[in-house]
Amino acid sequence: MTETNGSARMQVASSPHISAKQGVSSIMLWVVGALAPAAIWAVVQMDFVNRAAGEPFLALPLFAWCIGATVGTEALWNRIAGKPQTLKDCSALVTGMLLAMALPPRTPWWMALAAGIVAIGLAKMLFGGLGWNLFNPALVGRAFIAISWVGVLAQQKVPGGWFEGLSVPGSESLDAINGATRLAIMAADRAADGAYGYDLAAQYQPLLFTNLQGCLGEVSAALLILGGLVLIARGIIDWRIPAGYIGTVAALSWAFGSDPLFNVLAGGVLLGAFFMATDYVTSPMTRSGRLVFGIGCGLFNVVGRFYGPMPESTTFAILFMNGLSPLIDRAFTPRTFGWEKRRG
Amino acid sequence: MASRKFMGGVHPPDSKEATRGLVTTRAALPDSLIVPMSQHLGAPCAPLVSKGDRVRRGQIMGNVEAMVSAPVHSPVDGEVASVGTTMVASGQTVAAVVITPDEEQDYETFVQIPEGEPCDMVRAAGIVGLGGAAFPTTVKLHPPNDSPVHTVILNGCECEPYLTCDHRLMLERPERIVAGARLMRDMVGADRVVIGVEDNKPDAVEALKSVAGSDVEVLSLPTHYPQGAEKQLIYAVLGAEVTHGKLPASAGALVQNVGTAAAVADAVELRRPLIERTMTVTGAVVRPRNMTVLLGTPISHILAEAGGLSADAGRVISGGPMTGMALADLGLPVVKGTSGIVALRQNESAPAVYGDQACIRCARCADACPMGLQPFTMGVHANRGDWDACEALHMLDCIECGCCSFICPTRRPLVQLFRRAKHALLSRGKRS
Repeated sequence: MTETNGSARMQVASSPHISAKQGVSSIMLWVVGALAPAAIWAVVQMDFVNRAAGEPFLALPLFAWCIGATVGTEALWNRIAGKPQTLKDCSALVTGMLLAMALPPRTPWWMALAAGIVAIGLAKMLFGGLGWNLFNPALVGRAFIAISWVGVLAQQKVPGGWFEGLSVPGSESLDAINGATRLAIMAADRAADGAYGYDLAAQYQPLLFTNLQGCLGEVSAALLILGGLVLIARGIIDWRIPAGYIGTVAALSWAFGSDPLFNVLAGGVLLGAFFMATDYVTSPMTRSGRLVFGIGCGLFNVVGRFYGPMPESTTFAILFMNGLSPLIDRAFTPRTFGWEKRRG
Repeated sequence: MASRKFMGGVHPPDSKEATRGLVTTRAALPDSLIVPMSQHLGAPCAPLVSKGDRVRRGQIMGNVEAMVSAPVHSPVDGEVASVGTTMVASGQTVAAVVITPDEEQDYETFVQIPEGEPCDMVRAAGIVGLGGAAFPTTVKLHPPNDSPVHTVILNGCECEPYLTCDHRLMLERPERIVAGARLMRDMVGADRVVIGVEDNKPDAVEALKSVAGSDVEVLSLPTHYPQGAEKQLIYAVLGAEVTHGKLPASAGALVQNVGTAAAVADAVELRRPLIERTMTVTGAVVRPRNMTVLLGTPISHILAEAGGLSADAGRVISGGPMTGMALADLGLPVVKGTSGIVALRQNESAPAVYGDQACIRCARCADACPMGLQPFTMGVHANRGDWDACEALHMLDCIECGCCSFICPTRRPLVQLFRRAKHALLSRGKRS
């Protein structure tokens, strides 16, 4: 077939005429895939391996409630507002998954539902949807629970038999907080000037592979790191945010006289550094700004952890830095090629 | 010698497999040629022939007394069918001479250009940048007195996907390229010649090295789009940034495409005017080819020479897919700057109409910008027509390489917005 004259219908557009294959939904699905090993491992450990007889499933329903709430809220919002449906960008799925992983397994279903609605409705759609929100939706949902039902997130009433073999050294003297997260134990030990002799180094292994004292996303630090590294290797996230974040947590913990590795592995640092702080929309867009952002997250996380009144230091550290992102971008505008001074 | 890595850039699929191994062959003679009087940046030529005139291959047909211009010659022996106008790929309508060629053509002979100073011969031969920009070469050979050129850099990167005509030229005529480089070095009084070639063409590097001698360096550069952009190439070779608003000569460099260098050698040594060029016709065509094409040949004829468009052909591009122009009319002629005709398959074309998906602030555009700009913010201001904000963001430094639009996951038409903004900024005049 040969077009020999100009009368054929030609498609005209501005260059470039080719585009990279990756769209928004592909990026979001890569994040889902990177979270999947840690999420599946959490379900396996909590709902199957360590489930006592007669206990209900915990992790699986929590994922269902959170994802149902975020996806449902977005769908409903678009419908009521008369806007095109945006579910296919898969960002609500990511928010739901992250929210579930940031909650402890015994979070009541209605609380998860409320958090999901707040995450999408208040933090995202009210601002104009994906791309326009100032704060990370999943973290806003988590913060909503943290400030509405104080103590729920740190409360870890565990069923009998769950933690056999994971008993805490010196736990007899820790009755008051037994069953609490390792971070809470560390905090109590610090408050008592190390009187309990809590051995942080002995916690590396459970934190890396099967930690059941905490949120769903804290079950395996190793799988979170794996997922994070995959995202960096695939160019989905920039290494500067997790590197700045984790590096700062390690350095400051050491400076505060604690164990750096324990502080990186415990709590929400890894989930926050690889999956929450790297949220495109709410983090800086300049390279050096992203490093500064990561360092800031690490700084406020550690300060909150050691000196803050609440256990939710990761959540509020990242949310605070989200708010600073536009200012960071303005302060770290790069230099244009061929110019001596930076723009601004 | 090591090269410096410029910031940003992207790695589009290079899509050169179809033609990189094909020897350049001559396209068949078309029934008529449409020779535009403006195939270059700068002043258009005035036609020197009239309807019914006999013209000979190489005979001058259009010229003008302006510094920034280049004369136009007849590519064939034939008769002037008409003198009128034609559209060119950029969308402009320019004066053109239509020639009916004689059936018998002797491609080995041509009317020689007058002998003279090498620089004047380059002008008389009508040579312009053959990489696509079509800037008159003579102008670049006269750098300002206060910024002497010490290095002539030949651009053999061919970083645009699909195109292979420069690659073939480097394999088939390396000695002409090196000869042209030496001539230009002597014309501008430089002391160094570097030919930069992307490392996806190791055979071209070898071919050039085998004829280069000790005075011409051949530098293998990383395959990294836009390695062949002038400022990025100078940075890769010299490690120097061309100061904004200044000419490459301010960094002591003169950059010419390898094809231009070969044309310069032919002009000065053989007194041959620029009347044909090599180009790649590829993509969704039946028989992709590298061919030697007479200037003024209708693109429809070139496509027919490649067996015609295949059934899945979508957009047809003059030039490469990153910076080329989509053709609205296949009857337009090949001009000096036409480095190729690429027919994109329907499923590989970027969307012609963009959705309304919001920017997700992933910053890939900023990471990809080889000029260190922030396309996401520039796009916002360009879209709302805030030209002052655009200027403050260094909009005029945008080289329109297309990296930002290429990489954008929400497929925002960034380059298109920037063209509009740059046009608005330039047409409102310089402001302090």
